Amino acid sequence: MTDEILLAFLNDFRPSWSEDLRRRVGAATDRFVRVDSLRVDLQRFHAPEREQYHATLLLAEMLRHRPAGAGHIVGITEVDLFIPVLTFVFGQAQLGGPGAVVSVMRLHADYYGLPANESLLLDRAVKEVVHELGHGFGLVHCPDYSCVMSSSTYVEDVDLKAERYCPDCLDLLANPPESRVNVV
Amino acid sequence: MKKPRIMIVDDEQSVRSSLREWFLEDGFEVETAEDGLDALKKLDTGPFDLMIVDLKMPRMDGITLLRRLREVDPGGTVIILTAFAAVDTAVEALKLGAFDYVTKPVDPDELSHTVRRALEQKRLTEENVRLREKVSELSSSSPIIGGSPAMGHVMDLVCTVAETEASVVIRGESGTGKELIARAIHAGSPRRFFPIVAVNCGAIPETLLESELFGHEKGAYTGAHYRRKGKIELANGGTLFLDEIGEIPAKMQVDLLRVLESHRFTRLGGTQEIVSDFRLVCATNRNLEALVQEESFREDLYYRINVFSIDLPPLRERLEDIPLLTEHFVDKYARSMGKPPKQMTVEAGELLQSYDWPGNVRELENAIERAMVVGQGNRIRPEDLPLRVEQDAVRPRNRSLDALESGHISCVLREESGNVSQAARVLGIDRGTLYNKIKKYGIKSG
Ligand SMILES: [Zn+2]
Ligand SMILES: [Zn+2]
Repeated sequence: MTDEILLAFLNDFRPSWSEDLRRRVGAATDRFVRVDSLRVDLQRFHAPEREQYHATLLLAEMLRHRPAGAGHIVGITEVDLFIPVLTFVFGQAQLGGPGAVVSVMRLHADYYGLPANESLLLDRAVKEVVHELGHGFGLVHCPDYSCVMSSSTYVEDVDLKAERYCPDCLDLLANPPESRVNVV
Repeated sequence: MKKPRIMIVDDEQSVRSSLREWFLEDGFEVETAEDGLDALKKLDTGPFDLMIVDLKMPRMDGITLLRRLREVDPGGTVIILTAFAAVDTAVEALKLGAFDYVTKPVDPDELSHTVRRALEQKRLTEENVRLREKVSELSSSSPIIGGSPAMGHVMDLVCTVAETEASVVIRGESGTGKELIARAIHAGSPRRFFPIVAVNCGAIPETLLESELFGHEKGAYTGAHYRRKGKIELANGGTLFLDEIGEIPAKMQVDLLRVLESHRFTRLGGTQEIVSDFRLVCATNRNLEALVQEESFREDLYYRINVFSIDLPPLRERLEDIPLLTEHFVDKYARSMGKPPKQMTVEAGELLQSYDWPGNVRELENAIERAMVVGQGNRIRPEDLPLRVEQDAVRPRNRSLDALESGHISCVLREESGNVSQAARVLGIDRGTLYNKIKKYGIKSG
C-alpha cells in the first residue's frame, strides 16, 4: 500500500473548495493527496424509510472501485449517511483499514438554520476527513478535545477541535503499537 | 491504560458490525454476540465493563439475559437497545438493573453520553465497594487494646511487617484476636484500599473449601448453578487472610502452594487462567513445626507462608490489659443494648484478674456481654460473671505473685479512676511504692 491518499468526490459533487481540502489534508497528514471523482450507484444504498444512505455498504462499494495498489481512499458526498442503530454519522471508516467515507451534509451551517458559510464548511470537512483518515491509520478517539481525533457527535464538537493530530496521536502514528499495525 | 471491554448483543448482523466499528474507533475492545445464550457463553472470555443488549432476540431475549446476568456477574453495566414501541419492556429492564436504555435508531451523541455515564458509574460503584469495605473494616473490628509490654511488642512487629509484601503467620491460642492483627497488617499496608478477604480453613467442610478458595464455573459440580468467584480472586489487589491454616487438607496444600508461586489459577471446572495479585496473611493456633514434623503439613508450603511470624500472647500473660479491655467491652455492649455503662466492683475486677482465660479475649468479651445482660443496677458484681470464671478463679493456676499483684493494682487503679493517692490508700501502701510498682509492671493508668 502506498502512502498516497485519494480524496474521491462521489458522482457530481465537486465543490469549489476541493483544492483547498487537498492541500490542507496533505498538510495535516504529511502525505501526498490526490483528488478525483468516483461514480457510485448511490440508489443501491438508499434507505427510503429514513431518507438516508447506508455508510457501511457505500464504503464497501467504494473499496471495490479502489485501484489496485492504491493507498487510502476517502469518499466525499453530499448525501446524509447512517449506520444501523445510529440516527446519522458524519463519516465512517475502518479502523486500520484503507477506506473511509465522509458526508458534508450536516457540516453545512444552513443545515442548522444558520447563514451559509463556505469557509466554515471547508474547515469542518478538513477535520472530518483528517479524523476518518486517522481511524484508517489505526488511531482511536483521543481524550484531548482540541485534537482532530477527539470524538465529535455534534457539529459544534467539530468546531472545537483543530485540524491537526495532537502530539500523543502523532507519536502513535510514528510508533504504532503492535495491535495497530494492519497489513492490507 | 487498559482498553474498556464491551459486549454487543444483538441478533441483527448489521447492527452488530456497525456498533462494533463505532466502539472500536472509540477505543473499546469489542466482543459481539447474536443472542442471550451466545452472550452468556462469551462471558467466559473475561469480564466486560459494559454490555449493549438488544431486547428482542430469538432463543434468549434481553430481559431473560438481564435476569441471568444478575446471577452470574452482578458487576457488569448494561445499556439496553430497544425499538421505540418497546419502551415498557425497557422500563422493566431498568428494574432488573440495566443502567439505561436507548431507542433505535439512537442519536450518536446520546449513545456516546450514555456510554460515558455508564462507565463513570461503574467506576464509582467499584470505588464505593472498596470504600465501604474499608470503612466497615475499620469500624466493625474492635480496636486492638492493650498497653502491656507484650502487646506493645506485637504492635511494633505489625508496623514493621505491614508495609512489606512478606507473607505473615500469626500464631496464638484461639480467642487472642489473630484476625484483628491480620486486619491491622492490611490496614497498615499499601494494599489497604483493596479488600482483605478472610477464609476460615477450619470452619468450612473440605468439599466446599476448594470452591470457596478457587471459585467455580457454572456446572463444575452438582449444585453449581452459577459461576462463582473464589476468595483468592476476590482478594486481587488486597490481602488474603487464611485463618486456621493448619487445618487445610493435604490436596489443597498442593493447590495453594501453586497459587502462591505463580499467583495464577483456574476456577473449578474452568480453563481460563486467572491472575490474582494478593498478599497472604495466615493464622493458626496449631504448632506448624510439629505438623511439618509429622508430615501433615507440607514443608515447602510452610516455608512459603512463614516468611514472618507474629506470636500473640494469651490473655493470662497480659492480665494488665484486662481493665482496658473490660472497659471497652462494657462500653460496646452498653451502646448496643442502649443501657448506661456499668462499673466493675473491686471483687469482680479481682475475679477477672485471677482467672486463667483459656478462651482469651473472646472469652472475656462473652463474660462481659453476659454480665451486661444479667447484672442488676449500675455495677458488675462477681455473681454477674459466668460461673466458670468464679469456680476456676478460686484456684488460680500457674499464676505468679507478680502477675497477681500487677493485676490487682490495675484493678484498683481503674476503680479509683486512675487516682494514685487514692489507690495507694486502698492498697495499703504509700504513693511512692505504688508508683514504682506501676513502672515495674508497665501499668497504664486512665
Ligand atoms: Zn471517530
Ligand atoms: Zn490526539
